[in-house]
Amino acid sequence: MADDLFKALADPTRRTILDELTLKSGQTLFEICSRLSMKHQLGISRQGVSQHLAVLEAAGLVETRREGRYKFHDLNTAPLRRIADRWLAPDASRPEENTP
Amino acid sequence: MKIHLTSVFVDDQAKALHFYTEILGFVKKHDVPVGEQDRWLTVVSPDEPGGTELLLEPTGHPAAKAYRDALVQDGIPLAQFAVDDVHAEYARLHGLGVHFIQEPLDMGPVTTAVFDDTCGNLIQIATEPA
Repeated sequence: MADDLFKALADPTRRTILDELTLKSGQTLFEICSRLSMKHQLGISRQGVSQHLAVLEAAGLVETRREGRYKFHDLNTAPLRRIADRWLAPDASRPEENTP
Repeated sequence: MKIHLTSVFVDDQAKALHFYTEILGFVKKHDVPVGEQDRWLTVVSPDEPGGTELLLEPTGHPAAKAYRDALVQDGIPLAQFAVDDVHAEYARLHGLGVHFIQEPLDMGPVTTAVFDDTCGNLIQIATEPA
């Protein structure tokens, strides 16, 4: 699971997809493709974007949701919190905060 | 050569005529019976009565459903219409109960939005760069 997460984050296009989903969660494949091409001038095929989304979904960073006939992609930041929990010490144990 | 006619497959021609005229604001141009149930049914923009016609075509072919379902699932519009102001048109159509699956999005010089035409298709509206 951790390997999937770091692999997902290692690619700049996938980080851009996460940036765009941060601006607005719940996007169709078409909207994500539009944002990448129009806002970021990234010339990636729809199939390519689908593959990036599959990697993000495997890492748990993107979740898909069916609503009627449409399929939306939502951002899930929970896996990122696990990174923070792993390396960033909790507030109570920070030396500077223990010092009066 | 010029583009005289384009088409969208619609589930129900009567329902489509209502949506494309009463809601979107196009006007009926041709309505000719074809066969037992189908009609040759076209609409045009009131701004361009002699302009490109949009054929509201019956979804008779068995492949049409699979084709349209696949496009709709991925949010891909079947047609794009030009409007003066996407944000204003969004507000107008939203007020009439039209369901948008992509709200107005400013992308550099182009602004777009995508809605469901209630007849099985997604339609994109766009404000063309000045």
